Amino acid sequence: MKFKLIIEIAFALMIARLKQTIVAATGVVFSITMFVALLGFMNGLNQLLDGLILNRTPHVRFYNEVKPNPNQPIDQAKDFKDFYNIIRSVKPAASRTSIYNSEALIKTLESDKRVLGISPKISVQVFFNVGNTDVSGIIDGIDVVEENRLFAFNDYVIAGNFMDLKNTSNSIILGKGAADRMMASIGDVIQATTSQGNRVQLKVVGYYQSGLGDLDNVQSYASINTAQKMLGESASYVTDMQVKLKDFNQAPVLAKEFREIFDIDADDIQTVNAQFETGTQIRTLISYMVGVTLLIVSGFGIYNILNMMIYEKMDTIAILKAIGFSGRDVNNIFITIAITIGIVGGSIGLIFGFLAGLGIEKIPFETEALPTVKTFPVDFNPKYYIIGGVFSLVTTYFAGFFPARKASGVDPVDIIRGK
Amino acid sequence: MKEKVVIEAKGVNKYFYSPVKTQVLNDVTFQVKRGEFVSVMGKSGCGKSTLLYILSTMDTDYEGQLFLDNELVTGKHQNFLSQIRNKKIGFVFQFHYLLNEFSVLENVMIPGLKLNQRSREELEHIAMEKLKIFDMQDHAMKKANQLSGGQKQRVSIARSLMNDPLIIMGDEPTGNLDKKNSDIVFNIFKELAQEFHQTMLIVTHDQEFASGTDRIINMEDGRILKSEM
Repeated sequence: MKFKLIIEIAFALMIARLKQTIVAATGVVFSITMFVALLGFMNGLNQLLDGLILNRTPHVRFYNEVKPNPNQPIDQAKDFKDFYNIIRSVKPAASRTSIYNSEALIKTLESDKRVLGISPKISVQVFFNVGNTDVSGIIDGIDVVEENRLFAFNDYVIAGNFMDLKNTSNSIILGKGAADRMMASIGDVIQATTSQGNRVQLKVVGYYQSGLGDLDNVQSYASINTAQKMLGESASYVTDMQVKLKDFNQAPVLAKEFREIFDIDADDIQTVNAQFETGTQIRTLISYMVGVTLLIVSGFGIYNILNMMIYEKMDTIAILKAIGFSGRDVNNIFITIAITIGIVGGSIGLIFGFLAGLGIEKIPFETEALPTVKTFPVDFNPKYYIIGGVFSLVTTYFAGFFPARKASGVDPVDIIRGK
Repeated sequence: MKEKVVIEAKGVNKYFYSPVKTQVLNDVTFQVKRGEFVSVMGKSGCGKSTLLYILSTMDTDYEGQLFLDNELVTGKHQNFLSQIRNKKIGFVFQFHYLLNEFSVLENVMIPGLKLNQRSREELEHIAMEKLKIFDMQDHAMKKANQLSGGQKQRVSIARSLMNDPLIIMGDEPTGNLDKKNSDIVFNIFKELAQEFHQTMLIVTHDQEFASGTDRIINMEDGRILKSEM
C-alpha cells in the first residue's frame, strides 16, 4: 500500500513531465535496440565464420600417425639401461596408416553415451591426369550419409546431388577449384592415379565448395567403398575416424581416454582449432563493448533528465517531506521513475531489436566464399535479450541513483524559506 | 485534559553560520497545552519562522530540547521525525504548497495514504469530510493549480487536518492573502479552535489575527518577551 502510493506519486511526476520522460525512454529504447541487433548480427556472423571451420571439424579425430617408434631396442637392452641413449636420424618403419582394430573402436564409440555420431574416412593422395599434366589432389573417402548428418556435407555440395556419391559406383564430387582447373563438368569421367600407382576412372557427380579457396583446389570426395577400391584395400581399411560429440567440451577428455585404451593418435577440436576460439572471444568482446557503451550513454541521458526534474520539483519534494515523507520515500519515488523508464524503454527496445534483427536477416548477402549463405546471418539467442533487459534496468537504476540521493537530501526548510 | 502539554521547547538556541555566526534564537523556552490557540508574533527577522521550523522537526540543527507529546524528539533519526510529522503535526505554509500534479482530493488524502492505516475508500471519505468543513467539496476533482490563492490555502488546511494531528502549525497562513480571504482563513482557524478544540500554533505578523487567539507569544531578537508569557 505504501509502495503503491510511491508509485502513484512517481507516475504523477512522470506524467507532469511527459515529454522529458519520453525522451529519456527513447534513449533507452535506441540503445537496447542497437545492443540486441548488434550482438545478434555480430554473433550471427561469428557463428557463420566459426561454422566454416568448426562445423566440418570432427570433435575428436582418431588416426595412426606415421612416426618412428619411440621405444627403440637400445632402450630395452639391459647393458645400456643406466645410460642416456641418443640415436640420430631414426626413420619410421613401413607401418600402416590404417587404424588397427577399427571395428572394435567403432563399437566402443557407438556404445559411448557422449558420442553423437562417427564418420569413418580414408584420405587418398592422387594425381588427376588432365591431358599431359597431372594435378595433385586429395580424395576423401567418406560415409556419405553420416558425413552429411554430422558435418552438413550437403551444404557445401553446390551442384549435383550428394547422394549420387553413394548410389553411383566410382563416382566423385570434385572441389570447385579442382573442377575448374580440369574443366570437368558433371557427368564427365576423369582419371586419377593414386600414389601406389593404381589408375581409376571416376565419374563426376557434383561440385564441392567449402569457401576456403586453397581447400577447394585440392579436396574432392568419393564414397568410402570407392576409396578402398582405389587403394586395393579391404572393407575394414579406414585411416581416420571422425567423432562428433553431444558436448564438444568433452572432446579433450574423450580423446585422452581412447588414446590410452586403443593406443591410437587422437586430436581434439580444442587443441587443433584454438585460434578460432580466441577470434570468437575477441569479436564477442568487441560487440559487448559497443553495446555497453551505448547503454551507458543512454544512462547519462536519464541521469540528466532526472536531475532536471529534481530541480523543477524542489517544491514538491519539500512538501512531501513536510507532510511526513522520509528521505528514503523521496529516494524511492525517483528510483521508481528511473526504473520505470528502464522497464518501458528496455521492453520496447527489445521488441525493436528483434524487429531490427528480422530486418537484417532479410538483407541479401551473397558471396563466392559462402555458398550456403544468401542473407546476413542473425543470431536470435535469448541470451542477448536477457542481457539487454537486465542491463537496461541496471543502467537506469544507477542513472537514477545519484539524482534520487540528491532529492532525498533536499532540506524542506531551505525550499520553503527560499520563497 | 486541558492541561496536557502538547509541545514544549526547553532552552532552544539556534545559530546561522553564513555569512557570519549570528544567534537567531536565544534560550527559547515555552509550552503549548492541548486545545490552545497560540500565535507567535514579532517583527520580520526576529526568528519566529525559524522557531516554527524547529518545532515542526524539519530543522534539526539547534541546541536545546524539544518535546512533542511528552516525548523527546531532539536528536531522533530523520525517518522517525518524518513519521512524527506525518502523524502528529499538520503544517500550513505561507505559500499554499499543494502538489500541482494531483487533484484537490488527492492532495488532502496524501498524508493519510502515507500514514497507511486506513483503506483508500475510507481515506477518500475522510478527505471529503475535511473539504466540507471548508466548503471546498465542489472543487475536489480539480487540479490544485486551478484554484485561487484563498482556495488553495483552505485545501492546505484541510490537508493538515487529514491525520487528526496533535497540533497544527502555520507559517503566516494569511500572509499571502487579500483581506477577504485572510478573514475566511482566520475564521476557519477560529472555528477549529472552538468547535474541534484543535491545538494550533500560528506564526503571524498580523496584529488583528493574533488578537483573536487564546495567547500571543511575542518575540524580539530571538527571545520571547517575558512580559507577554
